[in-house]
Amino acid sequence: MENKGLTKVDLIFEKIDNYEVLAKGFKMSRDEIIQEMLDSGLKGRGGAGFPTGMKWKFTAAEKNPVKYIVCNADEGEPGTFKDREILDRVSNKVHGGMAIAGKAIGAKTGIVYLRGEYRYLLPKLMIELDSFHKMIKEIGYDFNIEYRMGSGAYICGEESALFESIEGKRGEPRNKPPYPTVSGVYDKPTSINNVETLVTAMMIIQHGAKNFIQYGTKDSRGSKVFSISGDTPTPGIFELALGMTVQQFVNEFGDGDTKAVQVGGASGFCVPRKKFAETIIGFEGMPTGGSMKLFNSSRSMYNVLHNYLEFFTEESCGQCTPCRVGCQQLLKGVEKVKKGEAKSTYLNELMKLADSMKIAAKCGLGQSVGNAFKSIVGNFKEEIIY
Amino acid sequence: MINLLINNQKVSVQDGTTVLAAAKKLKINIPTLCNHDDLCVAGNCRVCIVEQKGARTLIASCATPASEGMEIFTNTLKVRNARKHIVELLLSEHRSDCTKCYKNQNCELQSLANDFAFGDHVFLDLVEDHKYNIDRSSPSFIKDDSKCIRCQRCVRTCSELQSVSAIAVAHKGAHQKISSFHDRPMSQVVCTNCGQCVNRCPTGALVEKTYIDQVWDAIYDPDKHVVVQTAPAVRVALGEDLGYDPGERVTGKMVNALRQLGFNSILDTDFSADLTIMEEGTELLVRLKKALVDGDKEISLPMFTSCSPGWIKFVEHKFPEFLPNLSTCKSPQQMFGALAKTFYAKKRNIDPSKIVSVSIMPCTAKKFEADRPEMRSSGFKDVDYVLTTRELAVMIKQAGIDFRNLEEAKYDSIMGDSTGAAVIFGATGGVMEAALRTAYEIVTGREIPFGNLNVIPVRGMDGVKEASIKIEGCVDAWKFLEGAELKVAIAHGLVNANKIMKMVRDGQASYHFVEIMGCPGGCIGGGGQPIPTSLAIRQKRMKAIYSEDEHMVLRKSHLNPDVVAIYKEFLDQPNSHKSHELLHTHYTERENY
Amino acid sequence: MYQVGNLVKELSAKHGQKRESLMPILQAIVQKYNYLTDEAMVEVARELDISAAEVYGTASFYTFLDTQVKGKYVIRVCKTITCSMKGKSDIIHTIEEILKIKVGETTSDNQFSLVETNCIGWCHKAPAILINELPYTELTPEKVSEIIKDYMKK
Repeated sequence: MENKGLTKVDLIFEKIDNYEVLAKGFKMSRDEIIQEMLDSGLKGRGGAGFPTGMKWKFTAAEKNPVKYIVCNADEGEPGTFKDREILDRVSNKVHGGMAIAGKAIGAKTGIVYLRGEYRYLLPKLMIELDSFHKMIKEIGYDFNIEYRMGSGAYICGEESALFESIEGKRGEPRNKPPYPTVSGVYDKPTSINNVETLVTAMMIIQHGAKNFIQYGTKDSRGSKVFSISGDTPTPGIFELALGMTVQQFVNEFGDGDTKAVQVGGASGFCVPRKKFAETIIGFEGMPTGGSMKLFNSSRSMYNVLHNYLEFFTEESCGQCTPCRVGCQQLLKGVEKVKKGEAKSTYLNELMKLADSMKIAAKCGLGQSVGNAFKSIVGNFKEEIIY
Repeated sequence: MINLLINNQKVSVQDGTTVLAAAKKLKINIPTLCNHDDLCVAGNCRVCIVEQKGARTLIASCATPASEGMEIFTNTLKVRNARKHIVELLLSEHRSDCTKCYKNQNCELQSLANDFAFGDHVFLDLVEDHKYNIDRSSPSFIKDDSKCIRCQRCVRTCSELQSVSAIAVAHKGAHQKISSFHDRPMSQVVCTNCGQCVNRCPTGALVEKTYIDQVWDAIYDPDKHVVVQTAPAVRVALGEDLGYDPGERVTGKMVNALRQLGFNSILDTDFSADLTIMEEGTELLVRLKKALVDGDKEISLPMFTSCSPGWIKFVEHKFPEFLPNLSTCKSPQQMFGALAKTFYAKKRNIDPSKIVSVSIMPCTAKKFEADRPEMRSSGFKDVDYVLTTRELAVMIKQAGIDFRNLEEAKYDSIMGDSTGAAVIFGATGGVMEAALRTAYEIVTGREIPFGNLNVIPVRGMDGVKEASIKIEGCVDAWKFLEGAELKVAIAHGLVNANKIMKMVRDGQASYHFVEIMGCPGGCIGGGGQPIPTSLAIRQKRMKAIYSEDEHMVLRKSHLNPDVVAIYKEFLDQPNSHKSHELLHTHYTERENY
Repeated sequence: MYQVGNLVKELSAKHGQKRESLMPILQAIVQKYNYLTDEAMVEVARELDISAAEVYGTASFYTFLDTQVKGKYVIRVCKTITCSMKGKSDIIHTIEEILKIKVGETTSDNQFSLVETNCIGWCHKAPAILINELPYTELTPEKVSEIIKDYMKK
């Protein structure tokens, strides 16, 4: 594994001439755009890390004349706030990225699903959208973007739950197959991409894939926007190249007393101090949507775990058994162990339950609850018990 | 064809077949819970998970289509561990009081627990953390949320099969539950009491409200004369809860069993079904005359049958503007009830206040119907207790009766005689066929021109059936119908009733007479019938109904001697003043939530 | 109580009468009237030709589509880990003291409701709250005191 150290990058918030980039993109054929994405090695920036070029390729291959490009702006992972900043500062690039994607896959309509907690951004976004539509018309591309609001449901960040929500239903993830590229929103072929992914796509069109791959590593090309919070003197969003170790990250952002870093939010992994040096932040090590939370030695990892489990117990859509009931069991279980009402060996049973949830739950939420649980209980067992 | 391997065995299936179905082809049984053949795929319980080579997670076999070259393993260590956990998780949120539960020994969660999770439970009890609600507001059924495992079968049933959607999934996370509109009591919302949800609930979360103890009390009370009537659909399904295969006719043994249980008089709803044909047939012909001859614009057509109380409540909530279209006839159950405490009481010289009138029904909505305030034409509650087919089976077991070895017995007289036209009331299309057999003959003086009186076009499982009968060669009294084409329609399951009502409302239906049954298949698929239910089972019961009809001597309602007698001695003629008093009713507009 | 039938008709004219129109319509009603009354849900059900239970089932899924009474200003205090670490309990106590209500309650004049909510995306400026749609961040008991008192003057 390559380790390039910690590198700060300025790609996402770089000022560009939207018109210029869009015009450049529309001159390219759809195959050229897709090839550029494939060459760049860009992987989804929302956390799942699916190769963007492949996603666009699959959607483009579908025969249906009606397709959609959906922007997942339902950023809800605890500790992630980068998409909010991106939408606040460079929404022109988000819209532009959607138009490029639309061209690549053959979609005339784009939908931005914006979480309800970010509704205050809407007036500003609508102004930008208006000038975007005018710009697109000038360039001569038949492409329209609509906004749909969420209303306070973390699970709607899951792609198929998001589609259900747009369709006016409860945000309950669907059975897969079929996958979104075949049958997505309104059962039409859909490419759903994270806010940051779409902006990055714009930048790849601007600068070219070759320039993009000078950042990052072979498996984690390019840069990523990280949302950094917790026990750090410099909380905020930072654009960094992928491929650094957690140690390098902590050296830069820690407060000198960092005991653990939660990579990837509540559904991510907790890295203890002793594993900082060996853990790489990137798709080959620890994939992430960019949420980085630092905890110093004053923090109780029991409280952290409890907070996450409470979060999942509330935000689970509730339809499948492993997640709906499993989350409650994990939460109640650690409470009982902490209070001494259950033996500490009960944690071993819960670890096995977490394993089952990981492979039996219907969607990524249920499958990820075990990540935080196992990594915190595994690395900080004494704090959970005593 | 798709070729795949399951447990290293080859199987070929049609495109679109699920892994579950493919496994079944190899006689490999994968356990399921939220899956039901009558309903769309859910894929939420995760009981049916299996391992797919190369996949990161286990897959739900009920929701995953087979694909070429797939390699599936149904019983690996991973699968067994996960499945055990899933069953234990379900048990942890389920109030297990099996020895007290009505579904004891007929509960799918119990079976899963027995197969996959016996022994000490690992996880903590979650029931105490939730404030579960037990809704006993409806006279027809009980909704016990503490036993719900959220498979959503009930929600899918109410939505897909019945288009009522009285219940939906509400909230999320640990608070997720099956709820009526804003958690209102079921008796205060659009629920029609059809009991289709009860038929499909895998646990004891939805069960009928039982009246077994009250009926035993009446039987033991030396002061009371307990009369029992049996619906047509009961006799072709009762056997299923007593060890028989679906589709066995157990009429004679059923009558004998009822006698052994201690009922004073074993009578037949089929008698009043024949009576209903007389009343309703006359009512239809009167409406047609008023509309076609008198030119009365106020006459409501099409006329709809009114023997299905689930259907009645459906109209009252959702299409109240069409209440005038409903036949004013009571259902056979209620006609019987009114006569039991008047005509029958008089004939047998029994004080009507001492009569307890019980009915055995394939239906849960009938319990609501018996409770309707207008069903007291006799001066008393016309039907005191309604028992489902399932409850009767319980009583037979409680009495220790060896059902299989009972002799065939016959109904008592006065209101015990019936015809084949009455027994077919139990199947969709049956009421229409019975009405046509009588009406055609009254109007033309000839038998209806279908081989052996079997009016095939109105039979079968299609959701909506249409037919038209040309009326020719009328007798003098009915000359005004000469050359008319009587257009009829039949629908079963409220989703199809909904279709017809929308057509009628939009002016796109030109029917004169429509038969609607609230339950899929008609009463043979009723909410009170033995569980489980499936299309195959309902088809077998339906076949038995028509077989019962063919084996009867009399097959036209107007030839029923008990019916002829009751008009002569008591009611005078169909739609007479006395008939209207006892055998006809009115309806109530209700809110649509 | 309010005349919701007319509003629903206006909204369906704007957003359509299809199932996908449900979310924008419910969101607009909540924006105007703070929560969904039973009457509103029944009207929406009638307008979109779906069952009232379905409307309730969908609305109750979403935290911000309240079906219980809510005041004119809904204060949502983030309780996820970083805000929790940075002092959300003090913020809650302060608000509870000023408004004289506990978390989950609404003031008797129906002006304020106080609830806890999950991560609202301001972790680097914790603790944070939303009052209706506006975020307020980097709070201290003094700061939030001022903010609430300003709202009380409105």
